[in-house]
Amino acid sequence: MKTFNYHSVKDVKEASKLSSSKSAFLAGGMTTIPSMKLGLANYKDIINIKGIKKLSGIKVSGKTVTIGSTTRHAEVANSKEIKKAIPSLSALAEGIGDPQVRNRGTIGGSIANNDPAADYPSACIALNAVIHTNNRKIDAEKFFRGMFETSLKSGEIIESIEFAIPQKSSYQKYPNPASRYAIVGVYVAKHKSGVNVAVTGAKSCVYNDKNLSDILSKNFSADAINNTKISASGMNSDIHASADYRANMVKVFAKKAVEAC
Amino acid sequence: MASLVGSRVERKEDKKLLTGRGKYTADVNFIHQTYAYFVRSPHARAEIKKVDISKASKAPGVVAVLTGADIANDKIGGLIAGWRIKSEDGSDMKVPAHPPLANESVNYVGDHVAVVIAESLDEARSAADLVKVDYKILKAVVKTKDAMDSDQIYKDIPKNMCFDWLLGDRAKVKEAFDKADKIIKIDIINNRLIPNAMEPRAANADYNPSTEEITLYTTSQNPHLARIIISAFNGVAPENKLRVIAPDVGGGFGSKIYPYAEEVVCSWAAKKIERPVKWVADRTESFLSDCHGRDHVTHAELAVKNDGTFLGFKNETIANIGAYASVFGTVTPTYLFGPCATGVYKMPAAYTNVKAVYTNTAPVDAYRGAGRPEATYTIETLVEKAARELGMDPAEIRMKNFPTEFPFQQTLVHSVDSGDYNAGLKKAMEMGEYESFEKRKKESESRGKLRGIGFCTYFEACGIAPSPVVMMLGCGIGLWESAEVRFNPTGNVTVFTGSHSHGQGHDTTFAQIAADQLGIPIENIEIAHGDTDKGPFGYGTYGSRSLTVGGTAIVKACDKIVAKGKRVAAKMLEVNEDEVDFNNGEFVVAKSNKKKTIGEVAFACYLPGTYGEVKSPLPDGEEPGLKETSFFDPANFSFPAGSHICEVEVDQDTGETKVVKYTAVDDFGTIINPLIVEGQVHGGLAQGIGQALYENCHYDDSGQLVTASYMDYTMPRADNFTDFNLGFTCTPATSNPLGTKGCGEAGAIAAPPAVMNAVIDAIGKEISMPATAEKVWAACNKKNKNSEAA
Repeated sequence: MKTFNYHSVKDVKEASKLSSSKSAFLAGGMTTIPSMKLGLANYKDIINIKGIKKLSGIKVSGKTVTIGSTTRHAEVANSKEIKKAIPSLSALAEGIGDPQVRNRGTIGGSIANNDPAADYPSACIALNAVIHTNNRKIDAEKFFRGMFETSLKSGEIIESIEFAIPQKSSYQKYPNPASRYAIVGVYVAKHKSGVNVAVTGAKSCVYNDKNLSDILSKNFSADAINNTKISASGMNSDIHASADYRANMVKVFAKKAVEAC
Repeated sequence: MASLVGSRVERKEDKKLLTGRGKYTADVNFIHQTYAYFVRSPHARAEIKKVDISKASKAPGVVAVLTGADIANDKIGGLIAGWRIKSEDGSDMKVPAHPPLANESVNYVGDHVAVVIAESLDEARSAADLVKVDYKILKAVVKTKDAMDSDQIYKDIPKNMCFDWLLGDRAKVKEAFDKADKIIKIDIINNRLIPNAMEPRAANADYNPSTEEITLYTTSQNPHLARIIISAFNGVAPENKLRVIAPDVGGGFGSKIYPYAEEVVCSWAAKKIERPVKWVADRTESFLSDCHGRDHVTHAELAVKNDGTFLGFKNETIANIGAYASVFGTVTPTYLFGPCATGVYKMPAAYTNVKAVYTNTAPVDAYRGAGRPEATYTIETLVEKAARELGMDPAEIRMKNFPTEFPFQQTLVHSVDSGDYNAGLKKAMEMGEYESFEKRKKESESRGKLRGIGFCTYFEACGIAPSPVVMMLGCGIGLWESAEVRFNPTGNVTVFTGSHSHGQGHDTTFAQIAADQLGIPIENIEIAHGDTDKGPFGYGTYGSRSLTVGGTAIVKACDKIVAKGKRVAAKMLEVNEDEVDFNNGEFVVAKSNKKKTIGEVAFACYLPGTYGEVKSPLPDGEEPGLKETSFFDPANFSFPAGSHICEVEVDQDTGETKVVKYTAVDDFGTIINPLIVEGQVHGGLAQGIGQALYENCHYDDSGQLVTASYMDYTMPRADNFTDFNLGFTCTPATSNPLGTKGCGEAGAIAAPPAVMNAVIDAIGKEISMPATAEKVWAACNKKNKNSEAA
């Protein structure tokens, strides 16, 4: 690892001020640190935002669950309030990585990184999340822009994520047998306004499968999508799973998710 | 005192190893130590036109940058192939030069080109980026199957062929095939694996300019072999000026039997710069540069009669040995493979033909089972297919062809001393509830799952030793084992063994043996291994040989101790030697019941005289001290055997395959410590099931290793397995006094065919290893489409 300047900050303003094109914010560091160790990323400044108190915590109201950006996966997994309000969300958190990752990795870090195989982005899409930053509010549908790409601007920091509490929901994934990241992960959420079927792992970026969402909005049953053809076009293809296989798995796991709702 | 042999003694070494108190090579540090970082080839195949070290040499903290030219100038020898294999036409195998630092060409991604030595690892690594190598990139040869028809890698090695080896009689096989009712054929791939020892390889070499002695700490299964190779072949230092220490070693699975380029380079460099040089592989380096395992492409045929009697066997295999011939790289696909390929069966005629090919991939060498898993996979998938095609029960066809009389002269090489294959298979069928399989299958179907069952009955040849035999077969060294048993004056004991534990539990198993032989408490015995300056020369640990060969050397050294003890005790007890018996640690005179403990005798041996209360006479002419050495070279290999039955459940929608029931009944002869043996079987099964369902080394067409991290190389994890149902039968080996046969590799040998036969049974289609979810899904899907069409 190359040497860098380490800053531990106490508020968002200070963090934002220190940031530059050669800096990175550090929340859990579960991607940033390994990337640096492998020489895939180098930064002049590492700005640790974990010490900013207001970025951490869980708030549940009648309609929403709001999670601070530096809240760790283990906290979401173990939160009694979230288990009650959106059980699928705490189940998702419990299935991320391994205990070490869950005890350090954060929701804000995961979302800002936008790994195409990460779990949390699908929750944001399915649960109509609003991403609160130090400057603005961004709808999840507009937040995730492409592979490892978000609409965050330089110096912009995620403060919290606000999820709408659905009527029913479930997240089902098929993990890569080696890395255990999602080869395909499908988050199905039924809201009063309609159904969202968010898919991660299958393409270069998380997406809402509008076709499946429409069908399930009309008829919320696994059988409803039995005959739906999922196109393999645009799906990832690698040594672990071809595009055709991923397309099959989107359907299989969408059905599993509906059945588990 | 109750016998310790056969009891579940908890591993003495675990307290140390599980609490972070072990001492591994990476834990060893010297004053004024420097750090080595290797510049490795990013290309699978290239000519080296120029290596420019000018910038790197001037970088901060750099002590030296050494290249292939430097090592050639110092006349350091290349890495060696340890077994000479001859082709069917009588010609010698063809071996390319393998310099410790590449000079003219690089031949796989990760090939060692130069080393940067600096005051810190960070400085060494940063400076390595500044070493500029001018490569002329050439087209890589990657695929095993195509290697003979691809570009020629080495100018003196046509068709990229190391050898074209034959074992057996083609004419006899043809006769047998002419008489067959049916010929069963398979085309299979034995997938390439990466060993993945938990501890990456490492070396730390210290040179003392005043004594001219090098002390090399290294991750080795075999420090004595490392010393003789680095001394006699690489010429780094004379044997008496080279001490090799392998402290605690965290797994090897064969990949740490022999020294690699890095140990040679660190030792040579330490002498050159007169400072210690330390190198520790990172995980990526392990993936790239540890020798890999398996990688066969096989066509095999079995000639059968309609009643299931086997008449003959053909095996045509292409074995990928990687870019260079490694130490055991040529014996693994020949003498460790061919003889076992006829399996546990009476086979009137057989041959195995192996074409070993070079490719631009990491060298391939012994990996847990080494040759026998490939052999067993070949015959056992073939036999199961024969059962399917003849409409016979897979157990019935096996029993029909089992030998029942021992010693059994196996078709190609081995005379198997003992065994009872019927008993093992029957026990496995009982324990595995074979009779009620259909019921379980229906239950799975009721949940929409496919269930399959697969058998594997195997034997293997291990306890690798008989030196005259292995040397006749081309081995460049003997394979006996040594032990020294040393009584300390106060009556406790140190046992020095030439084998080396890298996780097997020798500290416990060997102490159990010595405790029984000497009749002293196990707590009073220490096992010493892994240091060429301590104890006699030995050949290390691999081929399930440590207990059978090394353990026997301990027994024999203990026998010598007891023999001397009798002479001394007789003098002390004032009787004739033949009046003294030795039982449970005591020398007893039967008629008078006078006795001396072995501790008292040992004390007398070290204090032979009269001094106040001490009166310790030694017989006339007897030397003081109580220490004996023994070298054991058995008359034969040992032949463990067993029957494994696997059941899998397949999800047709996803192709996911789960092992839901696994029964293993093994005959390892006498079992010294069932706890350790069960652990060895569990580990072997994990690797065997890993090969069948998960693990796969994948190079792309340009020779880049795609599976170079745990993100892409699927190491099986605990949640991939079900409980293993283990049982044992016992026919003691006759080739060693303990009656042991070796258990370290059995699981990795038996599991792949057992699992794959179960998968094939479940989905009704032949597929290759690993049976990944996508592959199984694609196979199921095709079948469904076909049945729809029909």
